[in-house]
Amino acid sequence: MKKTFKLVGLDCANCAAKIESSVQKIQGVTSASVNFMTTKMVLEGDDDKMDAIVAEATAIVKKLEPDVEVKKA
Amino acid sequence: MDANKKRLIRIIIGAVLFAIAVLLNLNNFAVELGLFLASFIIIGGDVVIKALKNISHGQVFDENFLMCIATIGAFIIGEYPEGVAVMLFYQVGELFQTYAVDKSRKSIASLMDIRPDYANVQRNGQLEKVDPDEVAIGDIIVVRPGEKIPLDAIVLEGSSMIDTKALTGESVPREASVGDTLLSGCINMSGLLTAKVTKEFGESTVSKILDLVENASTKKSNSENFITKFARYYTPVVVIVAALLAIIPPLVIPGATFSDWVYRALTFLVISCPCALVISVPLSFFGGIGAASINGVLIKGSNYLEALAQAETIVFDKTGTLTKGVFKVQNIFPNGISEEELLRLTAYAESYSNHPISLSLKEAFGQEIDTSLISDVEEIAGHGVIAMVDGKQVAAGNNKMVKRFGLPDVDIGDAVGTIVHVIVDQEYRGYIVIADEVKDDAPQAIALLKKEQVRQTVMLTGDAKAIGEKVAKQLGLDQVYTELLPGDKVDKVEELMRQKSSNGKLVFVGDGINDAPVLARADLGIAMGGLGSDAAIEAADIVIMTDEPSKISTAMKISRKTLGIVRQNIVFSLVVKFAVLILGAMGIATMWAAVFADVGVSVIAILNAVRILNAKQYR
Repeated sequence: MKKTFKLVGLDCANCAAKIESSVQKIQGVTSASVNFMTTKMVLEGDDDKMDAIVAEATAIVKKLEPDVEVKKA
Repeated sequence: MDANKKRLIRIIIGAVLFAIAVLLNLNNFAVELGLFLASFIIIGGDVVIKALKNISHGQVFDENFLMCIATIGAFIIGEYPEGVAVMLFYQVGELFQTYAVDKSRKSIASLMDIRPDYANVQRNGQLEKVDPDEVAIGDIIVVRPGEKIPLDAIVLEGSSMIDTKALTGESVPREASVGDTLLSGCINMSGLLTAKVTKEFGESTVSKILDLVENASTKKSNSENFITKFARYYTPVVVIVAALLAIIPPLVIPGATFSDWVYRALTFLVISCPCALVISVPLSFFGGIGAASINGVLIKGSNYLEALAQAETIVFDKTGTLTKGVFKVQNIFPNGISEEELLRLTAYAESYSNHPISLSLKEAFGQEIDTSLISDVEEIAGHGVIAMVDGKQVAAGNNKMVKRFGLPDVDIGDAVGTIVHVIVDQEYRGYIVIADEVKDDAPQAIALLKKEQVRQTVMLTGDAKAIGEKVAKQLGLDQVYTELLPGDKVDKVEELMRQKSSNGKLVFVGDGINDAPVLARADLGIAMGGLGSDAAIEAADIVIMTDEPSKISTAMKISRKTLGIVRQNIVFSLVVKFAVLILGAMGIATMWAAVFADVGVSVIAILNAVRILNAKQYR
């Protein structure tokens, strides 16, 4: 399953890279990317673990960039 | 007031206080320190707070923290003006950077401003303005002049000119009337159109294109991967070196003072963010993909944009790629009769057939056929057709038809294509050459590719040797392989791939319909005529929305330009950073230079990357 999120307020490219490499390490994620230019995060992973993946990814974003808001795109 | 404006005001107030402290040359130490501290807090307070917050989250070595250490460190060793100035320039740079990124995001977004905002749907006899997402297949929509076509649809009523520029880069509008397909994302220019929706919004052309372009940067280029790796090591290494620099030399070198070496270490910390690279490289690729898309070329990944610059061999399919795939009368060779009369009689004789050859004759004749003049039409399989036209017996067909009438063989010289011999009242009256036509821009396309340093251009075709070789010669291709079966094309491409150098790429260009396996096998697959063809968009790495092969060189130019700017930015950023690091370690570069090496370089790199967006230069 593939889900896309908008990272509102993402204004630092290095943070985008950090978020990307962290969400890629979440268990069950097959591929993940954060696009600094479109401020979009795309998560792809196992269907049954998707809810947990999304929750963990949101937590990672909050931890790395407290000002960024994760929105459904 | 938005966050950036607030930030700007804070910076100005802080800068004024800072200027007072520096210029007034107060002899009162406490007042001076107070002014510096106040301006520091006003300017950089948010950075300190952010750093503290991040530390509480377990994020220690981030930009904010390092900037705090550098500036607070400067205060501790007594360099107050330096501490404030570094924070000031850092903040100004950050602000400028935010502004530049925002601006380029917007200009890319406006380049790709093809998403329709609404659709006018007929419901219960009334027109309703709704979100395109809410429109179903079979709904009737109305598109007024000047509006974007919201969903793919078929025209039921009206006719108009359609501007496809946003999708194809093509400035000549297309005509659309009843029965024609409308593609979403195009603009209706002149007339009112009523149309029936054929695809949901998510499946519509406009959604597919936007999706492709926006997701293109998930397939990363080698340069982007290099930067990601580099960034991972750069900051920790610089920080460690800074720590060593602050501690070891004062202990080892006689006469070295702590404050001097701490100052040098602090300059290191200021340059410890790889921001210039991390921002500008992906921005360049994104810009390149955006610039390509407004020129009518969809590139499905940064990696493909990068690979295109290394194209060494370009292999073309013939029909539909270099030629129009439509038969046309090329030459008429009359024998004791006028050209017009020969064409007229042949077109009449063939008028009952729907074969492409017959259609091309009718098209070349270009006048209404008066069917009352034709009688006794007899089609002879494998030979041609015999009919009575205007009181004359007209036979049109191949060599066998000539033999059938007991006439001698005809020398057709070097004519290439399908030959239609014409016999009128038992007399040989000449022949007409019909062939697939080369696309108008095909010769130019090949010439442009040669100019772009493509080493070899090859054409593959299932057609007869004579036809294939003629087309290849006409276009100036280096090699041609004819009479190939569909499976042979994959073998040929594999053979050519073995011949190329290890860094060069083999590009295959086809129409995306019959050659999906070859497109997949090549290093890079380019499909032509993507507009409205899902198969082509699906199969290829790069899709040319129009039918013009000359767009390949346009895409190559964009690719080269993008890679050139990426290279400039990487070299420029690294050279400045390392130079300032070395000079800083030697005690020559000040913290001011370090701030420039950090944010100044970022801003310059961003501005450089934005140059890619100027789409006109690629035409």
